[in-house]
Amino acid sequence: MSFIEQLIALRTILLKEIKRFLRIWVQTILPSAITMSLYFIIMGKFIGSQINDVHGFSYIEFIAPGLIMMGIITNSYANSVSSFYSSKFQRHIEEMLVSPMPNYIIILGFMLGGIARGIIVGAVVTVVALFFTQLQTHNLSLVVVTTILTAALFSIAGIINGVFANSFDDISIIPTFVLTPLTYLGGIFFSIEMLPKFWQNVSLANPILYMVNSFRLGILGITDVSLATAMMVIIGMLIVLFALCLYLLNKGIGIRS
Amino acid sequence: MIENALTIRGLHKVYKNKVVALDKIDLNVRMGDFFALLGPNGAGKSTLIGILTSLINKSAGKVHIMGCDIDTNFSKAKSQIGLVPQEYNFNSFEPLVEIIRSQAGYYGLDRKTAMDATEDCLDKLGLWEKRKSTPRELSGGMKRRLMIARALVHDPKLLILDEPTAGVDIEIRRSMWKLLRKINAEGKTIILTTHYLEEAENLCKNIAIIDHGKIIVDASMRNLLEKLSEESFILYIQHPLSTQPKLEEYQFQVIDDKTLEVTLTNNKSLYELFSILNGQGITILSIRNKSNRLEELFIKLTSKPQAV
Repeated sequence: MSFIEQLIALRTILLKEIKRFLRIWVQTILPSAITMSLYFIIMGKFIGSQINDVHGFSYIEFIAPGLIMMGIITNSYANSVSSFYSSKFQRHIEEMLVSPMPNYIIILGFMLGGIARGIIVGAVVTVVALFFTQLQTHNLSLVVVTTILTAALFSIAGIINGVFANSFDDISIIPTFVLTPLTYLGGIFFSIEMLPKFWQNVSLANPILYMVNSFRLGILGITDVSLATAMMVIIGMLIVLFALCLYLLNKGIGIRS
Repeated sequence: MIENALTIRGLHKVYKNKVVALDKIDLNVRMGDFFALLGPNGAGKSTLIGILTSLINKSAGKVHIMGCDIDTNFSKAKSQIGLVPQEYNFNSFEPLVEIIRSQAGYYGLDRKTAMDATEDCLDKLGLWEKRKSTPRELSGGMKRRLMIARALVHDPKLLILDEPTAGVDIEIRRSMWKLLRKINAEGKTIILTTHYLEEAENLCKNIAIIDHGKIIVDASMRNLLEKLSEESFILYIQHPLSTQPKLEEYQFQVIDDKTLEVTLTNNKSLYELFSILNGQGITILSIRNKSNRLEELFIKLTSKPQAV
């Protein structure tokens, strides 16, 4: 397949993915808007008003970047895992597997679909946030880069989950028992400086902490970790997961007999 | 010039549960052929098709598709195959036009070519009017035709059909036969698996029968049918029989007083049989084969694989 043909195949998967999640926007876009509104009302307004400023920002301002990042993470992951597993379950993934397109194009296609949903949900949550607080942009480039890299990373993680999943239960286990706890403990609602030393060190092992802080640095200009470390963690994990995903598809694990 | 659309040497497949699905098979399918791949359930047909289309990994052996080695250039080999799988495998929520256009995109067809090819294929298969419907709204026959349209959209040289007429009524089946003949006449090589042996006998020039993972027959349809040593006929008689007919040199049985079943071996002709019956005052009104000829042979071969 020539480079141009590969680009056409990639565009085809991406457009198909975007059409898919927009067609069911009530399931894919709307829930995040409602959930995040509740977070802003309860955590930001009701509880946040009783909490002191964090790093010079009101509590609702402090948690806003984290909540946007939470929407991006959960939705990019959910998009890939549900779409990939559904295509396995309905067997229409075979349409792609029998075609001449290389496996990395399939991965990139699902990944871009996840990024697209992550960005749209991120934008929706940002609009919701603006009803409750004011958001500045300290470094727009950093916001964009962190958004894309994080969404890419979790999209690929979602594909890997989809590869191994054999039932619809399997695609909810990781989000429920791994992703949600890591997200909640990833510095969305607190600065790790508020934690005892031991738990600060434990938190540093949570990759989501680096994504949330990199994003918060881009919006508010404050962070608990260095930007260089955050980028190394995000890019490093992205490369490792992409390589793992490519290996799985090349070996046919979960998709070929 | 490439002579074979498909060349298989020593193809072997052992599944994780140690089941040997294909046992070092060799097979050639000539360019332009209409080739039947027959076998009972679990014989290895779908495994073979799965390997040709990369849905199943082979354990050993060599496969060349249109001259391309699947070990070194599977991408090019796959670009020349159109697959109509046994089971429906499309997104039930997508409109037909999107399903076909996406498939064209996966093969790298640009937007304009993909649109034209989509329209052409849906039109050829009589589905253009249904282009905005989803597969859930289609009948079984339409779904089968949709899978053929999807397999044709990138204009493959080799079309593989895994039981394409399973579960469709006779009228649709015959219209699909007509279409497949036309596709073959246009120069595409077709490999067909089917449980309707009448279908294989009607459409295919060459045939392979696979059983327990081994090719037990690989011959032209004509040569194979000539090997059939005996054939059974049902004879309908004008007037009720008053006595048993005298047919010492034939195997026969009286089904009822106006119906006879007679089995002819290779050295006997229908003309001889009619003459004998006529001589006894028995007039034949009509005659039909007891069963399809290929079916008789198939049952004989697959029920006694050791004898072949």
